[in-house]
Amino acid sequence: MIDVNACIGPYPYRFIPHPDPEVLARVLEREGLQGAWVGHLPSVFYRDPTSGNAQLYTTLARFPNLRPVPAIRPDWPGWERAIATARDAGAAAVRAYPPQWQLAPGDPRLSELAIACGEARLPMILSVGFEDLRQRHPLDVAGDLQAAAVRALARAARNVRLIVTAAGRAFIEEVHWGLTEEEQRRVLWDFSWVWGPPEDHLARLFRTVGSERFVFGTQWPLRLTQNPRANLDLLPDDVAKRPLADPERLFP
Amino acid sequence: MSAAEPLIDAHAHFLHAGCGRSDWREVNAARLRAGEAMGITCHVASVLGTFGFSSPTYFPSPSDVSVGNDAAAALYDAHGGLVRMLVALNPNYTGHALAEIERGVARGAVGLKLLASRRADDSLLDPICEAAARHRLPILHHIWQHRRREWPNQEISDGLDLAQLARRHPRVTFILAHIGGGGDYHHSYAAIRDVPNIVADLSGSGVDRGMLDDAVGALGSHRLLWACDITMETGLAKLRALEDTGLSSPDDIRDIRWRNAARVFGLEVAAA
Repeated sequence: MIDVNACIGPYPYRFIPHPDPEVLARVLEREGLQGAWVGHLPSVFYRDPTSGNAQLYTTLARFPNLRPVPAIRPDWPGWERAIATARDAGAAAVRAYPPQWQLAPGDPRLSELAIACGEARLPMILSVGFEDLRQRHPLDVAGDLQAAAVRALARAARNVRLIVTAAGRAFIEEVHWGLTEEEQRRVLWDFSWVWGPPEDHLARLFRTVGSERFVFGTQWPLRLTQNPRANLDLLPDDVAKRPLADPERLFP
Repeated sequence: MSAAEPLIDAHAHFLHAGCGRSDWREVNAARLRAGEAMGITCHVASVLGTFGFSSPTYFPSPSDVSVGNDAAAALYDAHGGLVRMLVALNPNYTGHALAEIERGVARGAVGLKLLASRRADDSLLDPICEAAARHRLPILHHIWQHRRREWPNQEISDGLDLAQLARRHPRVTFILAHIGGGGDYHHSYAAIRDVPNIVADLSGSGVDRGMLDDAVGALGSHRLLWACDITMETGLAKLRALEDTGLSSPDDIRDIRWRNAARVFGLEVAAA
């Protein structure tokens, strides 16, 4: 199993302990995970993520099971070149942060990025949020990703593949049931923010949306890696052994 | 840590037929199912009126408070030591709250539960705290970790508000609820660090890395109670993190798992 939702680097709004690739590699081993798709957390907040991406590629080169996931900002001149660089660097996917970049749902530049990623056979990773809304720093005013943004991107083209992280049950259901069946197949979810028992949101989603629409993600280094595993371990019997999607096989 | 080691969830809730949810039995069963899988030996639980069905969850009417407490007592009667009850209260109705305490004590309550019906430092809470001291009952207080403004549907309190109340009632143990339940837990640690009659429970959906490290650093393992509230997977994750990351010694982890809760709630627990 692969963690599709990990990052390295510090976070501007609070201290997080040792967000370093060496530590992530040890954590993956402890958790029995084969590898991780890794973004660069500070780049979320850079005006131009290019230098952060370069640092990410360099830093991860020593870790064969940590694949880089650069951030590509589609309102920045020349962003198309970053797609080619990502492919050359062996990137597993591309990250985009519409709320932090103030790109509204339906912004055509986001759709262009999603389509370009699809043509390069790179999934696009979106994060609903990084912290609980109630604890955010007064300067952290970006807000959460909106479900409408995901629906718009899923409808952009056949070759689009989205992985949405840190969504809760209501968000997932709003997107999933607002798409055609073909569009639904373009969207995968991590369940790092989905509730387990007693409300059993994850079990409900496995029964309704289907476990094959979910991938494993932790949101390390912001959150405990133990959480999604605990969620799987507490599933009721009827959904306990259902398979997750393989993030390495999202494209035909 | 041995699976046979006791494990007390210091912050649990159960539903009942009056909550307006057709799936209330399934939710309760899911808590017991997951609790068994995790090795929970005691759910210290409260029932918050009708959870919003006929009066607001955090401002329950007196009649809803009584209905909820009756449901909690019925769970205790049905499950014995596996479920112990806290008496939920709305301090805006002093006479009713004091009567509920007496009724709860007679039915085996091990503590009191205050929601967000009145700010924690308000003098209306004093007679309740005096009753708690008389009966040697701890008070689990719903807390917003650092209130910077008002939020709808609650009259929220934070660590500073609770600290004021705790200083007025040094014979009562207060449990600051759910450090992972939203807000800035670092503020709570700083607010209660020097108030020894406040302990904190670890529950809440938040599983931030660093949250446990800083809780142990600020309060010490002796003042932390393991708990789940309404997300049991986060409780299990925190339990595993305590063990995986070497934050605490095995003896400290025993304190957090059950010994602190047993002390605070006056529970008799057989050690493994």
